[in-house]
Formats: sequence, C-alpha cells, structure tokens
Amino acid sequence: MSDLLDLSAVEARAALDAKSISATELTSAYIKAAEETASLNNYVLLTPDHALAMAARADEKLAKGEAGLLEGIPLGVKDLFCTTGVATTACSRILQGFTPPYESTVTANLWAEGAVMLGKLNCDEFAMGSANETSAFGPAINPWQSAEKIDLVPGGSSGGSASAVAARSALMATGTDTGGSIRQPAAFCGVVGLKPTYGRCSRWGIVAFASSLDQAGPFTRTVADNALMLQAMASHDAKDSTSSVVQLQDVMAAVGQGVSGMKIGVPREYVMDGMDPDVMALWQQGQDWLRQAGAELVEVSLPHTKYALPTYYIIAPAEASSNLARYDGVRYGLRVEAGSLDQMYEATRAAGFGEEVQRRILIGTYVLSAGYYDAYYLKAQKVRRLIKQDFDTVFTTVDALLTPATPSAAFAVGRKIDDPVVNFLNDVFTVPANLAGLPGMSVPAGLNADGLPLGLQVLGKPYDEASLYRVAGVLEQATAFTATPTRRAGGAK
Amino acid sequence: MSVDKTTVAKIARLARLNVPEDRLEPVANELNGILDWIAELNEVPTDNVEPLASVTGHALPMRDDVVTDGDCVDRVLANAPEGASGFFVVPKVVE
Repeated sequence: MSDLLDLSAVEARAALDAKSISATELTSAYIKAAEETASLNNYVLLTPDHALAMAARADEKLAKGEAGLLEGIPLGVKDLFCTTGVATTACSRILQGFTPPYESTVTANLWAEGAVMLGKLNCDEFAMGSANETSAFGPAINPWQSAEKIDLVPGGSSGGSASAVAARSALMATGTDTGGSIRQPAAFCGVVGLKPTYGRCSRWGIVAFASSLDQAGPFTRTVADNALMLQAMASHDAKDSTSSVVQLQDVMAAVGQGVSGMKIGVPREYVMDGMDPDVMALWQQGQDWLRQAGAELVEVSLPHTKYALPTYYIIAPAEASSNLARYDGVRYGLRVEAGSLDQMYEATRAAGFGEEVQRRILIGTYVLSAGYYDAYYLKAQKVRRLIKQDFDTVFTTVDALLTPATPSAAFAVGRKIDDPVVNFLNDVFTVPANLAGLPGMSVPAGLNADGLPLGLQVLGKPYDEASLYRVAGVLEQATAFTATPTRRAGGAK
Repeated sequence: MSVDKTTVAKIARLARLNVPEDRLEPVANELNGILDWIAELNEVPTDNVEPLASVTGHALPMRDDVVTDGDCVDRVLANAPEGASGFFVVPKVVE
C-alpha cells in the first residue's frame, strides 16, 4: 500500500493508463492514509463513499480509453470551495450546516478531468490566518516535527491542504492564496504550492475573502504534478468577471526546459532584519544552483516592498468586511435568535465569527467609514499601484525573481503572540505578489538546522507561469529533496 | 487618528457585530496597534498616483442583459435557517 502513496501524480497517471493499478486501489490507499493520519486534523470532512464512486467512474473511463488529465487522481479540497451536496464551511461556525447547491468552477474543472474527491480540508476561518489556528475545527498539524516532537503549525490559511499533501493523505490538494495562503504553508510542509496569476483560475464558487487578491492554486509533491494540476484547474469563466482570457502556456513542457539564458532577479529589499540564517543560506544556495544551470542572476530593487504588508492590511480587511456582510443569519448558516432584526444580525455575527475574523471586519469597516476612507483605503490603493509599478519595472529586465518563501520555518502550535502585527510578518515575502496580481510559487529547497523544510519562492510576470515552472524544475532537481515528514501515512508514528 | 471605545462601538454597530461593553477597550487597543503600524504608509508620497483597484489591466466584460439563472426557489431556500411559502423568514420589522 505504501508504494501506491509514494507515486507522484504523473507516475500514478501513467500506471493507471497502463492498467498496472486501478483508480479504486489508489483511492482506497488514500482513504486509508487519511484515516491513519487523522490526528493531524487536516481533513474537516472525509467523503470516502463519494471518493469510491468517483474512482469507479474513473476506472470505467480508463477502461474505455477516455481518461482525463487527472483521471483517477485522489485529491483534497480546501473547505473554501463550494462542492455540490457536500458541506462547505470556510472553517467558520457561521457556515455551520451549509450545503452548497452548486459547484465551484475550479472543482468542477477537476472533476471533469477525472479527479477523485477525498474530502474537505482544514483552513483558517475564511482563510484569515497564517497558521491554520483560527479554524473553527481546531488547528491542522504539520506532519514534520523537530527533535522536540512538539506539534508544529502547517502554516495557513491553506494549512490542511499542505499538511495532507505532505502527509501523503492526499496526492494533491486545492488551496487559495490571498496574501500567501498557498506559498507559506507549502514552504512550512515541504511541498510545492503555486499562486497563479490573478484571474488564471475562476473565483466563482469559492468563499470570498478579499476579491481583488484571492486566487486558487494547486498543492502537490512535485513540480510536474503541480503543472499538471494547474492545467486542470485553470480556465476562462464567464461567471467570474475578472477571469482571464489569456491562454495558459504549456506548463508541463516548461518543467524540464531548464533556465539556460534566463535572467533572474534577486530583490535586495527581501533581506529582512532577524531573518533565520538558514533561510539566508538557502536563498544564496538557490542563486548558485540557478547560476550553475545557466541563468544570469542580477540584483534588483523593489523599493516599496516594506509598504506591502501595511497596504495589504488595509485592502484585505476592507474587502473582507464588505464580502462578509452577506452572513446575516437569514439566507444560510447560523442564526442566533434575538429580539429585533438588527439584534439578530449582531448576535448571529458575534457568535458565528471567530476573534481574528471579527478583528478584520472591524478594521475593514473602520478604514472604509466616512471620514477615514481617503486616509486609509484610498492611500493604500495608491501605494498598491507603486508596488505594482516596482514589479513592472524590474520585469522589463528580468524573467523571474528568486526570494525566500517565508522568514522562518514552521513554529509551534499555540505559540502565544499578543501583537497581531507579529503574526502578519509571516506573509512579508508573499503579500507583494497578491497586491500586484503576479504568479508566485513555493518550492521545497532544503531543511533547516532543526530538520524542518524551507522553501524558495519564484515570482514571475503576469500570465507567465511557464517561467516559474522552468525555475522550479531546476530548483527541484538541484535540491533533490527526498526528505519526508515523520507523521506521514506509511511512516513512523 | 486613535480609536477609542466610542469609535469601536460605532464601527461594531456599522458592521452589525455585537461587541460586549467590557471588550470595547481591549478591541480599541488592538485596533490602535494595527492602525499605528499601518500609519507607516504616510511616509510614501502619493500626490500624483492614481489608486489601483484592479490588477488585470482589462475592462470588465459586458454581456447581454438577459436572465441566465432562476426558477430555483427550493435551492435558494434550502440552506435558510427559516423559510416559509417560498420566502426567507426574519424577525418582525413592522409594528
């Protein structure tokens, strides 16, 4: 059984086509794996019957030679994607009992290509967090452990997705990234995570956090698997007015193309005070690997980098406060009865939203309120343009950028931090790409002194995911990242 | 621009969030911490900068103004905490 779990998606697809394994066998192995690693709390709902029915259909398709791109591949879905007839909660009490009567475009695309749904994955409540600790279902746990054997966070908000793929309880998983929610957990769990260009994957049917920043993307264990999954997820969708008509490149081919002749920028502003020395060393190592593979490395400047986080913490809460106005106890989810209609709204929302979500709603309401709109929201939108212009400028001279994915490795669950701003710093390297709408990818690149994974981030031009896959492919080969987490299915306990 | 208890009560009301009296002060302190940090943006000169609302660079697509959905009252109401006769039910708003 553990052999099946070791196959990459590309290998599994080949084995399925060759009939050396069946979709039902592969799916059964993953259902067992998910049950075995249940203590990681990375699934909030397992749907084994659903999965086996989908696997049986995949086996029929395979028998007829009508296999889709992901035919028979078992994957997990972040609980932010609406799935017809299967509870979707955004890991919030306020969506308790909500069963969508419709399917998100991204998941519909995956099923159309033959993928099999194992269940719904844990995440931060409404994707607001960087440690998966704001989930109403409790924290998801990172399958990696340091020598002290304490529980570590998988990162967030897509913590369950990263944890499940690393623990081999899903072969791949969907995530969403508003400020780093795919790339940061991918780095913490030693897996590959891509935030595509804004507009590449449809936002339709995904529970909204901050609509001008939200983007769905794939989590996988290899770079080639990631390209395969992106091909299935991405599409133009008339139901999302920001969805792009620009055709996705041949990203599968890009993975093996190498970086010879590419010009790769290293932004000097990404050197931060108090950065983990292992992260600095790995970043340097990454530059050396790319140079050895024939790329030209150049130092570049993105002067407004330090303003990205404060800009994000105006724009994202502002959009969230507006998006989350829909949870009113009337149309779906939780209702707490109270005297008047207004009292019912206030009681429902106070009981249904967790602390971090309430804090962001209040900040967002404040920065949009009369008298403060210009000082905060409009100011942030102007700085956002300057941040985007920084990238536009460097991309006239380089093809991609190489940065660390996170300032440190995964930290302990329950780490007490009184200052919310300190938690925000997890996203310091990832947030700029969301503000500028750029594709960004986190690739596992090594272990730190405690044996925990660290990731490098590759950023690219809008709609140029292919360059990211070229760089990531080289980094993957150079790293030869074969380490596996202790708490994986088929591994030690 | 510092936030006090009264301001928290006002924005909580605008956001339809019940924040209990004894939480107003702590919430004000948390928000001030975040707002002080955000104030860093004031050092960036932005006088002649246009605000950026969309990164896509293309205009929103238009479509024909026709009905593309509907006739699914049951599905719309399926998740409602309370419904009756094809309507959502809310607490009484008219005396």
